Amino acid sequence: MKKIGDYAGAVAFILLLLAIWEGGARVYDQSYLLPSPSQILVRLWELKEVLFFSHLPATLSIVLTGLAISIGAGGILALFMYYSPFASKTFYPLLVASQTIPIIALAPLFVLWFGYSIWSKVAVTVLFTFFPITVGLYDGLRSTDRRLTELLQTMGAKKRHLFFKVALPSSLPHFFSSLKVAVTLSVIGAAVGEWLGAQAGLGYFSRRMMTQFDGAAVFAPIVLLAVIAIVLFLIVKLIESIVLKWRL
Amino acid sequence: MNSRAHLLFDQVSFGYPPFDKTNELRQLVLHNLSFSVQPGQFVSLVGPSGSGKSTIFRLITGIEKPLQGKIYFPVWFKDGPEIETVHQPKVGYMPQQDLLLPWRTALDNALLPLELRGVARKEALGQVQSLFDECGLAGTETLYPHQMSGGMRQRVSFLRAVVASGTLTGPPLILLDEPFSALDAITRIAMQEWLLEQWTKRKQTILLITHDVDEALFLSDRILVIEEQPVTQLTEIEVPLDRPRHLSDLEKREIVQLKYALLTKLKTKVKT
Repeated sequence: MKKIGDYAGAVAFILLLLAIWEGGARVYDQSYLLPSPSQILVRLWELKEVLFFSHLPATLSIVLTGLAISIGAGGILALFMYYSPFASKTFYPLLVASQTIPIIALAPLFVLWFGYSIWSKVAVTVLFTFFPITVGLYDGLRSTDRRLTELLQTMGAKKRHLFFKVALPSSLPHFFSSLKVAVTLSVIGAAVGEWLGAQAGLGYFSRRMMTQFDGAAVFAPIVLLAVIAIVLFLIVKLIESIVLKWRL
Repeated sequence: MNSRAHLLFDQVSFGYPPFDKTNELRQLVLHNLSFSVQPGQFVSLVGPSGSGKSTIFRLITGIEKPLQGKIYFPVWFKDGPEIETVHQPKVGYMPQQDLLLPWRTALDNALLPLELRGVARKEALGQVQSLFDECGLAGTETLYPHQMSGGMRQRVSFLRAVVASGTLTGPPLILLDEPFSALDAITRIAMQEWLLEQWTKRKQTILLITHDVDEALFLSDRILVIEEQPVTQLTEIEVPLDRPRHLSDLEKREIVQLKYALLTKLKTKVKT
């Protein structure tokens, strides 16, 4: 177990950075260009109603829908590739190639196809998160120790036994690692999607405030986006520590 | 003799398939090999590495099928007539590395063979729990493998093999594949004595792979030596020691002579 003291250095360093920022912004004194941390907090408080009850739920629903689709579809594809070498030879290169496409450049296309509905943003989120989840699960399944599989076969194990009692548990550590990457990416994906075209959401709100030269209001939703990513990350870590308690 | 055997290899040939998959080009590991193991015997299989010891185990457990010949597991009755069976029996296999599932506790690892056979958990628990006490593992049931010492893990692995071999039709057959080679010397000796104790209690038929000549002499009734490639026969050596045995028995003159004869035999076979 980590002690709180382990984080003292990180906390001190962040406080130092915030202090430098606060001081610099006060000296510079152009809050529409460089708002100070305290101004951002004040603005966050002033905008709390619209941010927390309108834009936060909009973004969160994009993030969660996107993650659910990625886990579902990625899980199916990973299983398919695991059981069929042909499928893995067919899809794996494509999967890697899909990561070389600049997703941000593709995003306007999704707006064209799906309009301003939630689905254009979900599509961007899926594009961001599908790859790490699929590859994580697939590599996890493939990391199954063949000696364990053979040992269970000497005990008369059937195919389903081999999957549920060996392959699936073997894949979980990889899966959770990739899920931790994916949840942080999902927030970025949702924000990028909203940036390009939306009627609600934290990314959309941030961009709108930019056109109004309200620097603190640009930053306030960004703070919230970061908090969402951190909270999702911690939730995944908590589930991981429960499911993988045998590793501790 | 053979009709009372617990395990019988009858003219078995086997080789691993080469890349072009034509049988003619297979590098034979076993060629017309015949040997048998009597019920309740402790038999060691000794040979240089890569000589086909593990292949023999893979054939017994059914992971590999013989190219030619048959492997029999005759059912053995104490008083009645012997009946031959060719079907795959329940064999307890204890691998070189403990190969416990790291996400299962010691108890759940030991239960696994019964779980795979569809035995209800409650019933399975009843069978396995008493084994934990008998094997000196009481109190370790809820530990995960990474929380146990190497010797403890090997005991759980042995216990699992005992559970897997559980059968009502005859004495269980247990295969041990260099089970103690990864342990330090002192733990190894303790585990060998422990194994003898377990075997004396249960009278399973045990087939042990080892490259440790001392271990083979200390534990077994008979030693089968692999001397050639491919394996066409096994040289048989009876160990001239009574039971119960003590470590000091290994110092006896005839045993020391036997040991050096064995080592010399094996040494010349090592490909350098």
